[in-house]
Amino acid sequence: MEVEYSGDTMTLNMGPQHPSTHGVLRLELKTDGEVVADAKPHIGYLHRCFEKHAENVEYPGVVPFTDRMDYCAAMNNELGYVLAVEKLLGIKVNNRVRCLRVIMAELNRIASHLIAAGTYGNDIGSFTPFLHCFRDRERILDLFEESCGARLLYNYNWVGGLMCDVKPGFEDRVIEFVDYFEPLVADLNRLLSHNYIFIKRTSNVGILPPDVAVNYGVTGPNLRGSGVKFDVRRNEPYLGYEEFDFEIPVGKGEFGPVGSCYDRYMVRIWEVMECCKIIRQAVKKLTPGDVQETIPKRIKPPAGDVYMRSECPRGELGFYIVSDGSLKPYRVKVKSPCFTALSALPYMARGAMIADIIAIIGSIDIVLGEIDR
Amino acid sequence: MESIRQLLQIVPRFGDLPQAFQVFLALLISCAVILAVALVCVLYLVWMERKVSAHMQDRLGPMYVGGWHGWAQTIADALKLLLKEDIIPAQADKILYRIAPVLVFVAAFAAMVVLPFGERSIVTDLNIGVLYVVAITSLSVVGIIMAGWASNNKYALYGGMRGAAQIVSYEIPSAVAIMTVVIMVGSLSMQDIVRAQLGGIHRWFLFRNPFTFFAFFVYFICSLAEVNRTPFDIPEAESELVAGYHTEYSGMRFAFFYLAEYVNMIVVAGVAATLFLGGWSQALPVSWVPNQLIPGPVMFTFKVLLLIFVQMWLRWALPRLRVDQLMYVCWKVMLPFALVLLLGSGFLAVYWK
Repeated sequence: MEVEYSGDTMTLNMGPQHPSTHGVLRLELKTDGEVVADAKPHIGYLHRCFEKHAENVEYPGVVPFTDRMDYCAAMNNELGYVLAVEKLLGIKVNNRVRCLRVIMAELNRIASHLIAAGTYGNDIGSFTPFLHCFRDRERILDLFEESCGARLLYNYNWVGGLMCDVKPGFEDRVIEFVDYFEPLVADLNRLLSHNYIFIKRTSNVGILPPDVAVNYGVTGPNLRGSGVKFDVRRNEPYLGYEEFDFEIPVGKGEFGPVGSCYDRYMVRIWEVMECCKIIRQAVKKLTPGDVQETIPKRIKPPAGDVYMRSECPRGELGFYIVSDGSLKPYRVKVKSPCFTALSALPYMARGAMIADIIAIIGSIDIVLGEIDR
Repeated sequence: MESIRQLLQIVPRFGDLPQAFQVFLALLISCAVILAVALVCVLYLVWMERKVSAHMQDRLGPMYVGGWHGWAQTIADALKLLLKEDIIPAQADKILYRIAPVLVFVAAFAAMVVLPFGERSIVTDLNIGVLYVVAITSLSVVGIIMAGWASNNKYALYGGMRGAAQIVSYEIPSAVAIMTVVIMVGSLSMQDIVRAQLGGIHRWFLFRNPFTFFAFFVYFICSLAEVNRTPFDIPEAESELVAGYHTEYSGMRFAFFYLAEYVNMIVVAGVAATLFLGGWSQALPVSWVPNQLIPGPVMFTFKVLLLIFVQMWLRWALPRLRVDQLMYVCWKVMLPFALVLLLGSGFLAVYWK
């Protein structure tokens, strides 16, 4: 968008205490009236030294820290770390562990996307979908709670297995939830996604063309919203994702250019439906077994390094672990999907209006806990 | 007011007082009555809003305070606001900061004196009642700009500027929509407008002719914008501007803005009910039922509540527009449409009667 600025700009500090910067993000906005000439994100308000902490605890002890990175999708975070350590150790887990991990990861993906969609509605000014989404998310948290006792930070995926097996009848309750949830997506669409005002507010805003998205290293739903069909679960399968039948939704640009806020939002809604499909298949594949049989007594990987990437709800989450052969990792480096998404924010924000900035931040669905770590 | 003056005649030696003093006293009492009514109404509208939003969102809303469905919740909230510390930012323009909430509240409340609650329940039936409402409600814009400027906060400034642009713009189509009715009636007095609609639901301007039918919707949409309700709540858009022009206010001064918002809702719903839904007139034709089957004030309150419910319903169902979209809707959709309606209703008034 070509905008002429009068040159008389005002600096507006948005955040870190702002209702819709999704955490403690601070944006330094150069505004000319309602139009934003430049946006500069400042991060670090939630920095908790995760990577340094990880160097000082033993391998299994890192898992609870990974929960606290992206607290909206803790299962997926610990899964990423656990997979990396297992790759380093060369552990092959049995079918039950694999299927349960897939079920948990996909359930958490639904929960995370529900937060994304709900808070996005809230950002655009519609408060009701937010609570409808949280109502459905509660059901997922109930399932997690009965499995591992926690509702937000689970510590469920352990290196080589799971913390404990699920309770009897878990499969039925998961299917019951999926049956309950699938029709409700249509409700959400009627209330929010297909609302005329919502479409007008989001469909021509925050355009991220595919080539720019790739150059910025944007991944996950944000990249797929720009029309690039890339998903780690499909392109570099782990946990046996290649055996599952699911679509990878990409932004279609129904109401404007491809890569708009609306596309990114809709990709998440479609993905939720795909998660339901995966969960149904994973429940069918679930076989009896011992979920702790491959957990090593002592985790002492050989010296070397490993990089493992997995598809977390916010994009490609990579763990780079260097081992010096001791009980503690020498270095743990996280490739954060939110960080790359946020780096593309100034590009999208230029020439937008203040209300659009909120729409853009909401659409890239960042969690500051993961950016700052 | 007249009925209160007559009531006062039973007070011994009231009639001996000077004429002007009698009028003044009656006016004072009726204003006090309407203030009390407005405040109690606001308390219950807040409660109603919380219940409406809660049930739309699959919640219960307040359930504990007072026992039955949390009926005393807003009373407790109001008491809390009264007791809270009143904070004035150090760099704020102290005088303007203090005046602003009062001005906004007075502007909202002053419009209530011409609302015809019933055939005789009206504080004063000005012969320019409609004009008075349009004029006095726009006074709140001054208060909003004052609050936005005096707070010395960038978000408040944005809120104040947005509020000014929005309210001033939307006043034009809403006033034009009001004029369609005024042309049909030929009077600006609220009571005359209600009397023109007596005789049943088919006499209401909403159903009288197509021009006033659409004018109702134009007025209702514009009135939402005038009182900053969703989908037009951009001056206080909480996800963008924190709380807009009242970001820095706390305690009772904040409560004044809050009260003003709800009093404004009553006013715009009351004006819409008076102009288009027959005010205190009965829904059924006189020949069908005895005239005063339902008292006028009850009828009026029912219509106002209905419109307020629609406002709440819209607020919790719709997202918010953007500033430029808001202006587009006002100048390029509402205003031309309202002007066409005005023209059509003018033709009807001249050639039909």
